[in-house]
Amino acid sequence: MDLKEKLVSSFLAFENSVDIDAYAHDVRTDAIKIFEEKGFPSKKEEAWKYTSLNSILKEDYSVFPKQENALEYPQVKKYFIHDIDTYKIIFIDGKYSSHLSQTTHDGIDVCLMSAALSKPKYQLIIENYFNKAAEKDSLTSLNTAFSSEGAYIHIPKNKIVEKPIQIIHFSTGNESATMLQPRNLVVVDENSHVQIIERHQSLTGNPVLTNSVTEIFANKRAIVDYYKIQNDNENASLIDNTFINQKRESLASVHTFAFGGKLTRNNLNFYQNGERIDSTLKGITIIGDKQHVDHNTLVHHIEPNCESHQDYKGIFDDKSTGVFNGKVVVEKEAQKTNAFQANNNILISDKASINTKPQLEIFADDVKCSHGCTIGQLDESAMFYMRSRGIPEKEAKALLMFAFSNNVLESVKIPELKQRITKIIANKLGVNIGFDL
Amino acid sequence: MSKYTEDDLREELKTKEYEYGFYTDIESDTFPNGLNEDIVRAISKKKEEPNWMTEWRLEAFRVWKNMEEPEWANVHYEKPDFQGISYYSAPNSKPKYDSLDEVDPELLATFEKLGISLDEQKKLAGVAMDVVVDSVSVATTFKKTLAEQGIIFMSISEAIKEHPELVKKYIGTVVPQKDNFYAALNSAVFSDGSFCYIPKGVRCPMELSTYFRINQAGTGQFERTLVIADEGSYVSYLEGCTAPSRDENQLHAAVVELIALDDAEIKYSTVQNWFPGNAEGKGGVYNFVTKRGLCETNAKISWTQVETGSAVTWKYPSCILKGDNSVGEFYSIAVTNNYQQADTGTKMVHLGKNTKSTIISKGISAGKSQNSYRGLVQINSRAENARNFSQCDSLLMGNECGAHTFPYIEAKNKTAKIEHEATTSKIGEDQIFYCNQRGIDTEKAIALIVNGFSKEVLNKLPMEFAVEAQKLLEISLEGSVG
Repeated sequence: MDLKEKLVSSFLAFENSVDIDAYAHDVRTDAIKIFEEKGFPSKKEEAWKYTSLNSILKEDYSVFPKQENALEYPQVKKYFIHDIDTYKIIFIDGKYSSHLSQTTHDGIDVCLMSAALSKPKYQLIIENYFNKAAEKDSLTSLNTAFSSEGAYIHIPKNKIVEKPIQIIHFSTGNESATMLQPRNLVVVDENSHVQIIERHQSLTGNPVLTNSVTEIFANKRAIVDYYKIQNDNENASLIDNTFINQKRESLASVHTFAFGGKLTRNNLNFYQNGERIDSTLKGITIIGDKQHVDHNTLVHHIEPNCESHQDYKGIFDDKSTGVFNGKVVVEKEAQKTNAFQANNNILISDKASINTKPQLEIFADDVKCSHGCTIGQLDESAMFYMRSRGIPEKEAKALLMFAFSNNVLESVKIPELKQRITKIIANKLGVNIGFDL
Repeated sequence: MSKYTEDDLREELKTKEYEYGFYTDIESDTFPNGLNEDIVRAISKKKEEPNWMTEWRLEAFRVWKNMEEPEWANVHYEKPDFQGISYYSAPNSKPKYDSLDEVDPELLATFEKLGISLDEQKKLAGVAMDVVVDSVSVATTFKKTLAEQGIIFMSISEAIKEHPELVKKYIGTVVPQKDNFYAALNSAVFSDGSFCYIPKGVRCPMELSTYFRINQAGTGQFERTLVIADEGSYVSYLEGCTAPSRDENQLHAAVVELIALDDAEIKYSTVQNWFPGNAEGKGGVYNFVTKRGLCETNAKISWTQVETGSAVTWKYPSCILKGDNSVGEFYSIAVTNNYQQADTGTKMVHLGKNTKSTIISKGISAGKSQNSYRGLVQINSRAENARNFSQCDSLLMGNECGAHTFPYIEAKNKTAKIEHEATTSKIGEDQIFYCNQRGIDTEKAIALIVNGFSKEVLNKLPMEFAVEAQKLLEISLEGSVG
């Protein structure tokens, strides 16, 4: 039985485990139909031209977590940004771990999707927002069909959330292969401000496939900063679908740090439903071995006077492959749009490859849109300069790569997070130098 | 290559007796509508082609039968009915008009603006001409000069008869019969086209152009061009004409193959100004062209195109940089107005070491038109030190048109250096204001700005062509400023 059949047939069993009177029930039933019809995307689809899911779909995944697994904090401390105080929503194999988490209902809601989907007091929010930004493509629909758990964050009007929120999904690998489908919903109301850090981490070498969907709603003048850390082991694959719906004068940014995993696909979609909106999409990709990272972005400019900034840097070693597929659509009404897109790549090894496709679709005339894309190498003269001053080759290379990715790093607003990412990069490059970036 | 399956056999047996019953009047000027193997055979027979050519066409036809029309391009149009077209009509020897007075005055006005001489006007509009006009004698003189250098320049039908060894060796090597839907169709039914061979080490002394073959038959809707530049030779080839052609044929599916052997250089310039349909988007030519060049070691191919006509354009002049140190260039201006749609760009496939490519594409959209750039830069794993620079700029006029870019960049070699940049903008109000202030009216100002925008490409065109193309740009955008 292939994975698609398995998922479709286990939907019935899944339905028995959740409340079928709830609003979400209809949404789920519709979604499974879409998935059943479309199936997993193949390379024949334009959006999946350079990424094949075949190698990860052949595993025999268990689609529901069978047992609750516990983890002790010291075991996993290193995956937390532990040097600052944060709210934490922690999942182990898809199940909520209360003793690692720190949630709140004090003025803001930082809690669980399962609670939000079942308790009446959240009903209005769920009906207004749940599955409203998500596209109806096959993988998102699959997640919608099985949506039951994940992070639920609701920030009411005029609140500045004083500490960042961490969402971490651990998989213990207690089963031979696990498929996880977390579903997150973030609603930020007028004038509020929130920072969120998300991470997926598997703790053993057993295959894990995560098909995650996050919907973010940034209402009037809201500020949302979202950071994704993807530094998983060689058998963990991640399909991360993020949908951001912005209202007027809101600011939203998503930083994606893709440092590993077998296959990572980031579908990042911004919809600008209002004037004077600013969207930022940035990413650093540093991978090696046979890893594959695919960034698929969309910025949809619907109304006038908005801006978007995209900046993706990639460094590819060994046999790794990278894909960047960035699309900017400017509708007829979206005059005075400023849309910028940059994608810079460095290939370190002969076996590495990069496919990039920056797309512009423009229907308005009074706009400034540009995209730039480069593929190149480390500057030899800069290398020579450093080597001649006694900096060893490895460190010199690392310095250049840091400089290369600095544009993205410098817009990270949480200093501790920036330090952590700097450390991860240093680790990746096998150097031990304190970069003060 | 199409496989000859049992189904095909059955099909053939079914139609076998029909084959003998079938009769095409070779003398007749136009074949019945529709396409089948007999029609392909008849076209070939009509052109007195050798057996291998007939077989080659049939092979293409068999592949084409099983192909589907491509859907991926960013254009929308009503699919032509391929069985509703007549695939051969002999060039009409009878003049359409007896004197210039009968010709559409609008057409004449355009000629006037382009500064085309009276004789040319007559020729282009299909007016009967005296045989001793200048252009014909000029053409003959040119032919003599070319022949002295050993350059072969003739229609492809003649070449098939006179130089079968060259045609046989090279045709279909760059654009194989099964390459794509329209290339296969063209391979099966191509009516005529140009053939050009430059011998080793010869530098062609003049710009070769279909223009010099003006006294020969028209080429029809399925044109096939084959240009071969032997080792160390150089040729500059011009195709098309700045004058608007009111063509009856709705569908044009041409194939152009360029072969640049070691150290050779080919410069191929096109100006296309076919009927784009009226202001409401009715009518107009569908232009589905496959153009591709192959570069051997140290060779260079340069494509320059100015596209202002056709209702739907679907065209990607490409370079396969097979030899080491070979160079590919693509310079393009695509102008769309009213309801025109253009999906055009290039493919640069880097196979050899130290290969270089440059892409400069300028898109100008006005009215309700859609203009897309679609390009591929591919660096293969053995292409050490490959270098590419691409620049795609779009200019939008009015808020009902669209400009799109779909660049595909694939690099499999770490020594590759690729740069791609694209911008989209409109004509600045301050620029217009500056011109207005100095007494230049808005329409002129726009022409000025558009010319500046397209300068990089216009500069690449041969001299006289560049002047005409510049005027053509102005005419194409006339009335697009409100």
